[in-house]
Amino acid sequence: MRQCPPATRFPSPVPLSASPSAHRDPFPSLQVLAQLAQAPPPAAAAAAAPARTYSAAAKEITVREALNTALDEEMSADPSVFLMGEEVGEYQGAYKISKGLLDKYGPDRVLDTPITEAGFTGIGVGAAYHGLRPIVEFMTFNFSMQAIDHIINSAAKSNYMSAGQISVPIVFRGPNGAAAGVGAQHSQCYAAWYAHVPGLKVLAPYSAEDARGLLKAAIRDPDPVVFLENELLYGESFPVSAEVLDSSFCLPIGKAKIERQGKDVTITAFSKMVGYALQAADILAKEGISAEVINLLSIRPLDRAAINASVRKTNRLVTVEEGFPQHGIGAEICMSVVEDSFEYLDAPVERIAGADVPMPYAANLERMAVPQVDDIVRAAKRACYRAAVPMAATA
Amino acid sequence: MAAAALLRRIPAARAPATAFMAARPISDSTAALTIKTSVPFTSHLVDPPSRDVTTTPAELVTFFRDMSLMRRMEIAADSLYKAKLIRGFCHLYDGQEAVAVGMEAAITRSDSIITAYRDHCTYLARGGDLVSAFSELMGREAGCSRGKGGSMHFYKKDANFYGGHGIVGAQVPLGCGLAFAQKYKKEDTATFALYGDGAANQGQLFEALNISALWKLPAILVCENNHYGMGTAEWRAAKSPDYYKRGDYVPGLKVDGMDVLAVKQACKFAKDHAVANGPIVLEMDTYRYHGHSMSDPGSTYRTRDEISGVRQERDPIERVRKLLFTHDLATAAELKDMEKEIRKQVDDAIAKAKESSMPDTSELFTNVYKKGFGVESFGPDRKELRASLP
Repeated sequence: MRQCPPATRFPSPVPLSASPSAHRDPFPSLQVLAQLAQAPPPAAAAAAAPARTYSAAAKEITVREALNTALDEEMSADPSVFLMGEEVGEYQGAYKISKGLLDKYGPDRVLDTPITEAGFTGIGVGAAYHGLRPIVEFMTFNFSMQAIDHIINSAAKSNYMSAGQISVPIVFRGPNGAAAGVGAQHSQCYAAWYAHVPGLKVLAPYSAEDARGLLKAAIRDPDPVVFLENELLYGESFPVSAEVLDSSFCLPIGKAKIERQGKDVTITAFSKMVGYALQAADILAKEGISAEVINLLSIRPLDRAAINASVRKTNRLVTVEEGFPQHGIGAEICMSVVEDSFEYLDAPVERIAGADVPMPYAANLERMAVPQVDDIVRAAKRACYRAAVPMAATA
Repeated sequence: MAAAALLRRIPAARAPATAFMAARPISDSTAALTIKTSVPFTSHLVDPPSRDVTTTPAELVTFFRDMSLMRRMEIAADSLYKAKLIRGFCHLYDGQEAVAVGMEAAITRSDSIITAYRDHCTYLARGGDLVSAFSELMGREAGCSRGKGGSMHFYKKDANFYGGHGIVGAQVPLGCGLAFAQKYKKEDTATFALYGDGAANQGQLFEALNISALWKLPAILVCENNHYGMGTAEWRAAKSPDYYKRGDYVPGLKVDGMDVLAVKQACKFAKDHAVANGPIVLEMDTYRYHGHSMSDPGSTYRTRDEISGVRQERDPIERVRKLLFTHDLATAAELKDMEKEIRKQVDDAIAKAKESSMPDTSELFTNVYKKGFGVESFGPDRKELRASLP
């Protein structure tokens, strides 16, 4: 396996070995897993999802169009699917995601709610208890905090507490994370909050293909799904194949995507940060570092197998997220890799996250509070022991 | 002689008390019987229903039996809790039985009910059985939630009973959501969302009521006003304890919640109203003999005289017993026998429940998702305990 040249500051604690088999297999629990599981255990080594290549695609669509068509198709296919939220109907959607749906499906299925998240989210969950498939839109996930008791206590836990009697096929969706200049109360990322909770599924698309495939999967899923979009991605265009545009298109929940193959360092990201990670990978390539970019897609369940398989190949990891760093997604990914692939790591795991401060308004401060491409490049180089400048002491 | 002849011609229902001496089977007649409610209904923005409630002798006997069974179950749960066979929280409903029983008599199993954590008797009223109730309380696999829910999380989906909720007030928007689904599916059914006087001040209740009124949902919000939110009396918690009026633009009815016939009448009225016109609030004036939960003696914030006074004057079971006597539908001995039989039923159910085992350890990981995709879940030490979620 290819190695980055050893650093002068961080000598490798274990002797470098040419073959992974020389390491103790840190997956002894795979055997336990095989015994416990009814289904065949996920084969960790082969689990890395193949890189998707777009078939010759003439068409490009925006993430907005992807979401809109996904909603339309799923509402068309299943009469029990309905949409509720602030401004989703007559206003055509605060971000125009639900444009045209009121005209097509009528006010019984596209419902404008008053500005009362706790009330309408509870109503959505109750409707799901009685067999409908609601899509509850939060204008941004910051407002979901008003309804978080229903998302967690009324939705996520019901199937467990009722031993399977009450399942909750609901989707909570809306923009998550930082926008531009909207200040502290409108910029928080909730991925770590919701991914913390067993009983929820948490998805975060990046491209138009991701948006279509994951939203359709979420709507069809019988469990509560938190679907984290990103306002700044809504207008971005991505090429899509005919397969993606087909109404039956769906992406699997729980599987990450290798956006770019690489061999020197693994970079994990989700949502907007995937784009930044890909840009960083381009810059790194020019400097002879081949970065593998993983688009997580699914925060819960997290595709640990894909992440670990990649790290076992590259031996170095940088996690990237936009949210606050403490107890974030990167912390979980790092721990997962330490637990399952420790001997494969040739460098400490690096973490790039939003600044540990409420989001400031001033443009220069805001820029400092959100990860930039440079940050990802720098961290990747550190992981490859190619940092140009000695790092400051942390104390 | 003439007097005796006169007596023979008077229909049995109006015979004087001395006729009890004759052996006569407990009435199972389904002939209509009209009985006045204890007090008139007080209403807000709506004309109240009549005080004259149509019932039958058989129904009254069923009321007595059902409420007595509930009473006995709750008292038995008290003992089980003290014996440490029930752990955690245990919120008992004794005193409030008329609400559960009267409501059930007015509606069908296609109508939905959702309540908070004082849910054992509601579960029974919806067709739940004693064994699964006691098993759930003791955390056994024969429990209605297979031991994974506990006292506060009883459900019976096939009878449209949606629990069983621990977060005060959350069940009200959920109930309005059930009503939304009923209207969406054009079922012509209604949802009864029960909550206490403590929960009546929750903001989400007003949010859900606003939406229910706007969208004309068949939602009936039932405030079981037992006058204490945990240890806080209603006058200390609510600026306006007229809970039936708190809907403001939504009509309301205040009901004697200790009178099972009044409850039945009000619920029937409310269901018809809700299906036709949208939400309505019912306030059931009721009382709980136990404290808030088994951790609460229930006597630090109210006097023992108050508790015994209610028991003397307003007990729902005693009211029906008197009605059965007054209308000559049962003898004291028959009712005593019934109570003995109920006691035995409860004791047998407890014995059976005790035989049920605790859930298999694999159940730790079941039902996290309906569709787990084989995803991994972990115990405290994931190198020791992990599983694949089906």
